[in-house]
This record gives sequence, structure tokens and C-alpha cells, in this order.
Amino acid sequence: MQPLTLGRLFARCAVLGVVLLLVTLVALKLGAVPVSLYGLGRDLIRVAMGKSSELASEYRLIVFDIRLPRILLGIFVGASLSVAGASFQALLRNPLADPYVLGVSSGAALGAIFALIAAPHLGVAPAVAALFTPLGAFLGAATTIAAVYFLGRRQGAIDSGTLLLAGIISASFLSALIMLLMTTLPSSNVRGMAFWLMGDLSTPPPRSLQWFLGVVFFIATGAIYTTAADLNLLLAGEQEAIHLGVDLGRVRLVVYIAASVLTGLAVSVSGAIGYVGLLVPHAIRLLFGGDYRVLLPTTALGGAIAVVIADTLARTVVAPTELSVGAVTAMAGAPFFIYLLRRRLT
Amino acid sequence: MSATAARFPATDVRLSVEQVSYAYAANPSQAPLFTLEATSFQARPGEIVAILGPNASGKSTLLKLISGALAPLSGRVLLNGFPTHSLDPRGRARRIAVVQQESRLLFPARVWEFVLQGRHPYSRGLAFESEEDVLIAKNALAQVGAVALNDRWLDQISGGEKQRVILARALAQQPLLLLLDEPTLHLDIGAQVDLLEALQRLARQNRYTVVVVTHELNLAGGYSDQVVLLHRGKSLRVGPPASVYQRELLEQVFQTALTVEMGGSGRPRVSILSDS
Repeated sequence: MQPLTLGRLFARCAVLGVVLLLVTLVALKLGAVPVSLYGLGRDLIRVAMGKSSELASEYRLIVFDIRLPRILLGIFVGASLSVAGASFQALLRNPLADPYVLGVSSGAALGAIFALIAAPHLGVAPAVAALFTPLGAFLGAATTIAAVYFLGRRQGAIDSGTLLLAGIISASFLSALIMLLMTTLPSSNVRGMAFWLMGDLSTPPPRSLQWFLGVVFFIATGAIYTTAADLNLLLAGEQEAIHLGVDLGRVRLVVYIAASVLTGLAVSVSGAIGYVGLLVPHAIRLLFGGDYRVLLPTTALGGAIAVVIADTLARTVVAPTELSVGAVTAMAGAPFFIYLLRRRLT
Repeated sequence: MSATAARFPATDVRLSVEQVSYAYAANPSQAPLFTLEATSFQARPGEIVAILGPNASGKSTLLKLISGALAPLSGRVLLNGFPTHSLDPRGRARRIAVVQQESRLLFPARVWEFVLQGRHPYSRGLAFESEEDVLIAKNALAQVGAVALNDRWLDQISGGEKQRVILARALAQQPLLLLLDEPTLHLDIGAQVDLLEALQRLARQNRYTVVVVTHELNLAGGYSDQVVLLHRGKSLRVGPPASVYQRELLEQVFQTALTVEMGGSGRPRVSILSDS
């Protein structure tokens, strides 16, 4: 018997934290312009000591103004999507749940595009208008998950297969709406938007928005974490969870809103990066077990690692051309999804 | 009179089901699809009550009313004097443990993790399980004779072993009232007897009040102190097995020819007579 203690939790997070740090260093080094690890270490120390002005300006531009923000964005997006995926899996009692597969990412993308189109016509200050995109994405995500939830019910209970079908159909319907909206846009915008839809980390949001997104991320993740023990019981069944003292209504509401917020945030800054919320929680379960009190923080770190690796591959495999990071995660995630589906059917 | 005797006098009623009724309807304006007519019984600590009846007789509905999951249409269910339906979820889970027909997990878990879940209604905020919780979980496993299963995966043990582990989780809740819904449904005959003997021993030792829903005539007759016989939403008879088990009554309820013999211990034995 090895019950969870704070020490064990920290040890597991620390292991992944170190991995994330190493992955970040390698990601800073790799790219179209080569940077030596030694030079990178020296420069990082200089920046840490507040002597960033001593760096060669070209270096500083590439490593600290282009690569680092992009990596930080990847960390944020990966953590958001993985925590959202793990939350949806417990909320819907479906191990195949993922924001992308369920159509929630498409809903968020549609909401974000609506907001992008509508914002200039509302005559508000640009700083306020910038908030419309994440807000629209959140509303799109929340509406989609509610629709999928109700479409996925049969005779009052969630049916796993029906739920997945409802998600996949919603995703294709929403994609059609997105296509429709995009044809109304000037053609110069369309290519950028198409790239964004596939998942793209190359354009980090403005600094003021970064702070806002970061704070909201921690609030939403923290809110989900307060229900971690309840989610463990929810996995055994709704009735059983109630019998063990879970306030089902409160847990559902908290997780539903917070997971929609996380999906909305991630999609509003990076488009629809698929399968991260499916792959990462499953990998973490194999490593550290299924206890949500461990799973949620470690899956956040794991998601960050996965997206930074995927984005580094996207930048470097066919450099100087860039792949979309969503294409990389889909190439890994889609076969894994099929594997999980087959294993459940047998 | 000692303090213990004063706290638990022999006539102390723990569970009191008073004229409870219920009606299911597809929607409020329609005639109910199923009704449970007024049902009453009382149970003391250490007593096992069997709710007996064929399918669709209202057994599970009565169990849900007792557990407080459903609000009665009329009447009330009192546990130590408090209506079970008005308890908050955590308070209810500290007093009432429910063992359901099936416990399906989405992701594999170890036996000890599963039993520790029984401590959830006592958890405080984000704090992890205390050493006391772990001790209680270990004791619960010991009480059902399943210590050896501690580190096994829940999906890799037999049906009988799993039923014991589910019972252990219920014991870890340290309840006053233990409710079991068809606990023997997927068990072979040996495991059924094992489980009911364990229940009987636990009820006596820990002073639980136990309510078991079953359609197994002989298990109800052999192990319970009281039987509530239900038929099509009506409680036909309440009392000790010897008084409820009458041939004509059981034949009418279960729609089959049968015989009832009284054993030496005052326990009735039922045999089904086949036509062929």
C-alpha cells in the first residue's frame, strides 16, 4: 500500500519538471540558425544576471525574442489541452475524450473566428477587443461540449459510442461553418487562418494578453484540482460517486466550465492542436497511475513537454519550411486513438 | 445500567421506514408508470433486513428511498431520527454505505486504492489520506478476509473477490447503515454463501444495520432477521422469515410451484417444484 503523500506528488512533478527544462534547452538550441549548447548556457546565465545587453543582437533576437516566446506558448498550450483532456475523460466517463476529438476545439475555433470578425465592428478599444478572441473561443467550447453531452446521451445515460460519434459529427459540422466564414474573408487572411486552424505556435499573443491568459490558466487548473478526489470516484460511476459523498452537480459544473475555459484559451492562441489531451493523460497514467491528484499536475507538465517536442519537430524536420504543429500531434495521436478504440472493442 | 447499555438499549431503532411511497412517471402530467405503495418497517443495530421480491416488484426503488437518493412521495425514512433524504451528500456517505450491483472502472486501480475511496466522505479539502485512513482501510480489508488482495489490480481478481473488496470499501465508510443491491447476482453459489456469512458476522460485530435487496429466496430466508416481501409495488408482508415464508403467498408472488420446509433453527427452506 503506497498512499499518496505530498512528497510523492512533488517527486513525480520534479521528474517531469527536469525533463521539461531539458526539452526547453534543446528546443532553444535547435532551429534554422544553429546555436551551440555552450553559448546558450552562457547567454541564459547572462540574461539571468540582468546583463542581456551584452548579447549579440542577432542571437538575442533568435533565441530570446523568437524561440523562447514560442516555447513558452507551447508549454502553456500543452498544459491547457492535457488538463482539459484529462478532465473531459472523467467528466464524460470516456477514456477517448479529447477536446479535439469531441469537437470542442472546433467549437472554440469557430467562436474565436466569430470574435475576430465581429471585434472591429464593435468600436471598442484594441486592448478590450483582444480579449474577445479568448472569450469567443471559451463560449464556442462551452456550447459545443454541452451539445455533445446531450447528443451523446441515450435513455438518460451517457453512451460512450454515441458520445464519440456526436463529437466527431459536431467537429465536421463546425469545420464546415468555419470554411463558410473563411470564404467571406479577404483572401490575404485565409492562408494565415488556415495555418492557425491546423495548430500554429508561431504568433504568440501580445504581452498584455499573455498575463491575462496565464492567470486564467492557473485559476481554471486550480479549480479543476479542487475536484481531483471527486473525479477519481466519478470514474467508478455517477451513482457510486454520489454514494461516496460527491456533490455531483458542483463537480460537474466546475469541471465543465474550467475545462471549456482551458480549451478556449489554448485554441484562441494556437488553433486546434489535436490529440494532446488524449495522448498525454494516457501516457501519464501508465507512468504514475490514475489518481487525479497526481494526474492533473503531471499531465500539465507532460502536455507541455509533448507540445514543445512536437513544435520543435515541426520547426526543424523540413527546415526552413515549417510544418503545422497540429499535423505533428495528429500523426502521433490518430493511430493511438485507433489503438485505444480497438482495445476497448475487444 | 452501564453507559453502553444506555446508548444502545435493546429496543433502539436505528432505521425507521414509515409509510414510504413513490411513483415514477415519464413526465409529471402523465399517469405514473410504476408506484411503490406505502411501506413500513424498522430495524435495529446488528439486524439484517432482506427486501425480497421478483423483478420489477419495487425492491431497488425502496432501496433508493432508504439511501436518500430518492425523495419519498409520502412518508419518511429516518436514520437515528434524521430523514435520510435531507442529509447532504457527505453526511449521508458517512452514515450510509451502498454496495451496488456492478462497479465498473474506466481505468485500472489497485485494490487498496479502491478501498481508500471509502474514506472520501471524511476527507478535508485537498488533504491526502491520513495514516488513520490507511489503517481503517486495512482493517476493512481484513474484516472481509481480503488482505492478500491488497496490491492486486481490481480488474484481475475473481467476481467473488471483487464483491468482498467492494464490501470492504463500504466498511471503510464506517457507516451506521449498509445497503446492498443484489450483491450475489454475479457470484457462484459458494461465493454467495461466503458473502452472506461475512455480512451476518459483520452486522453482529460492528452493529451495522444491513438492508439487502435480493430475489434469492433461500439466501434471504437463511440469513436475514426480517423479510420485506414486495410484489408489484406493494409490501405484502413484513416479519421474520418463518412468518413470511408461507407456500401460497410465495407461490403467488414468484409465480411458480414450490414447497417450504422449516429447518431446525427456525429457518425456512424453499424448493422450487418443476413441472417436468
